[in-house]
Amino acid sequence: MIEAVGLTKRYGDKTAVYNLSFQVRPGAVTGFLGPNGSGKSTTMRMILGLDDPTAGQVTIGGHPYRKLPNAPRQVGALLDAKAVHGGRHARNHLLCLAQLSGIPARRVDEVLGVVGLQDVAKRRSKGFSLGMGQRLGIAAALLGDPQVLLFDEPVNGLDPEGILWVRNLMKSLAAEGRTVFVSSHLMSEMALTADHLIVIGRGQLLADMSVRDFISHNSADFARVRTPDTEPQQREKLTASLTEAGGQVLPEQDGALRVMGLPLPRISDLAHDADVRLWELSPHQASLEEAYMRMTQGAVDYRSTVDQRAGFLQELPPGAVPPPQMPVPGQGQPGWYAPPPPQQGGHPFAMPQGQPPAGPYGAPAVPGAGEPNPYAQPSPAPAQPAPAAAPDLTKPEDAR
Amino acid sequence: MAATQVVRSEWTKIRSVASTVWTLGLAAVVTVALGVLISWFSKNEFDKLSDNEKLSFDPTFISFAGMSLGQLALIVFGVLVVSNEYSTGMIRTSLAAVPQRGTFLFSKMAVATCLAFAVGLITSFVAFFLGQSVLGVHKASIGDSGVLRAVIGGGLYMTLIAVFSMGVATMLRSPMLSLGILMPFFFLISAILGNVSATKKFGQFLPDQAGSKIMQVVTPVDDDVPYGPWGGLGIMVLWVLVAVVGGYVLLKRRDA
Repeated sequence: MIEAVGLTKRYGDKTAVYNLSFQVRPGAVTGFLGPNGSGKSTTMRMILGLDDPTAGQVTIGGHPYRKLPNAPRQVGALLDAKAVHGGRHARNHLLCLAQLSGIPARRVDEVLGVVGLQDVAKRRSKGFSLGMGQRLGIAAALLGDPQVLLFDEPVNGLDPEGILWVRNLMKSLAAEGRTVFVSSHLMSEMALTADHLIVIGRGQLLADMSVRDFISHNSADFARVRTPDTEPQQREKLTASLTEAGGQVLPEQDGALRVMGLPLPRISDLAHDADVRLWELSPHQASLEEAYMRMTQGAVDYRSTVDQRAGFLQELPPGAVPPPQMPVPGQGQPGWYAPPPPQQGGHPFAMPQGQPPAGPYGAPAVPGAGEPNPYAQPSPAPAQPAPAAAPDLTKPEDAR
Repeated sequence: MAATQVVRSEWTKIRSVASTVWTLGLAAVVTVALGVLISWFSKNEFDKLSDNEKLSFDPTFISFAGMSLGQLALIVFGVLVVSNEYSTGMIRTSLAAVPQRGTFLFSKMAVATCLAFAVGLITSFVAFFLGQSVLGVHKASIGDSGVLRAVIGGGLYMTLIAVFSMGVATMLRSPMLSLGILMPFFFLISAILGNVSATKKFGQFLPDQAGSKIMQVVTPVDDDVPYGPWGGLGIMVLWVLVAVVGGYVLLKRRDA
């Protein structure tokens, strides 16, 4: 059991982790999610007593790591797969770690077999692929047969077979009653591997809940409905009609409607009754990745901007029309991955806390909803179908 | 118990990388070869020396002349032993396995120091005997007064240079930074400061200037150095202690 209480770490005036409290329980795989630079690795280092917290504390089995009796036999960790002297061969690398912890040498050959590196045991780790390096790091974590295991991004660089292997390894370790704490920035991977999720952004706790709760709260089915762009009054008419029938209607950035709580045929019937034409009526499922993006979007440290290529642009001949800027997903668009949450009420993320408070439909629950949407402008040429097609280009994950 | 584990582990670490063999081998070869070469030159030039210089002629010290260059290889050895941990990131794995940082550092240094002493002592004896055999009629004998002390002192000097480098590398962590400071310091700066009359008063207390006194058997005629062979080595030991303690304090306090 790992327990963090009010964990805070500052480097100079930069706060890497702020007031983080959580518990990692034995017998389960706990996923530790967060964008790059959100403080995952810092937290892991504090758990291992490598970095001293500025405030708060983290304990393993009730002891701070540096006071833990026989620490390497109780806790195994993979922090950085590249943290290996390239000139040393794999077996010697593990051997010196084993000797450091007083583990007999035959255990080295055992773990080499477990991670499938027995054939390259005498090869210098310099020539290892990233995936082989990860396996070597996992072998090092398993050396002491520890009850508590920490893995920082263990599937980075692994092939699909390797990812499956890591997934099964984590699950089997947890099934043996061990505490398994795995960090990742891939929600989809954690949804398959973890039993419990701890999500942080900018060093602060965003969510601490079971994967099952996360899925049931965030993978709501919905229908996308699009009325003719040329007739906004039809859209309002349909919204009113659907709301009256008990559906939840949210506007999307491109002018479509997201409808929850009503089956597709019923939406079609209601539209027909209201005398509203539909340009689109399609079933969708919000992915976990989407829910995770929505949760962490405010906490992303590194956001790309649109590549202006200002220095490369040629003078356009007079009268020529500049080529249209094709939007690139994720570039320079805050809230790009931010479809409205399944529930209304300003909660950026659905925590399991009963029914969300009801709010006025169409309230700016969508981040960035107040701004005009550059891709859903009222079409200057009403008869052209092109504007309607544009959003599909810009939302590849929803276009499927 | 923890210390013996670290010692065993560090021995595995040190013998399983090529840089150990290279740096220690180079230190021995360069010290001996250069010593022999300079001994041979000295023998040929002896007759041209002034009377004062003839009186100051120190065959033992001359056979150790290669150390000025050989010590650079030992500096690389000392720096790499420590900073390899940092440049690879192994330090985190190591400190997670041995949370007692003092035990870790001192066991690591003990292993490297013993190895450096063994190599240094052998190098020193080989350099002495080969150097003397080249010097011919001007040679010193191991039984002469102060000679055995000088030869063993040569091994100690090489060891202390390596330990000093380990301490500095522990403080600085980066191999490039450590080497970038230590190499020019010991190869140029210290020698200049120790020989230019204006800075000599201060320069003679620098670690290598003071420490190399132990290898001197014949005191130069106009020598005004305020310490003897063991005093000089003592000054060097103080420098080494400062470096090692500084490294320990920083390692203990710093985030890994």
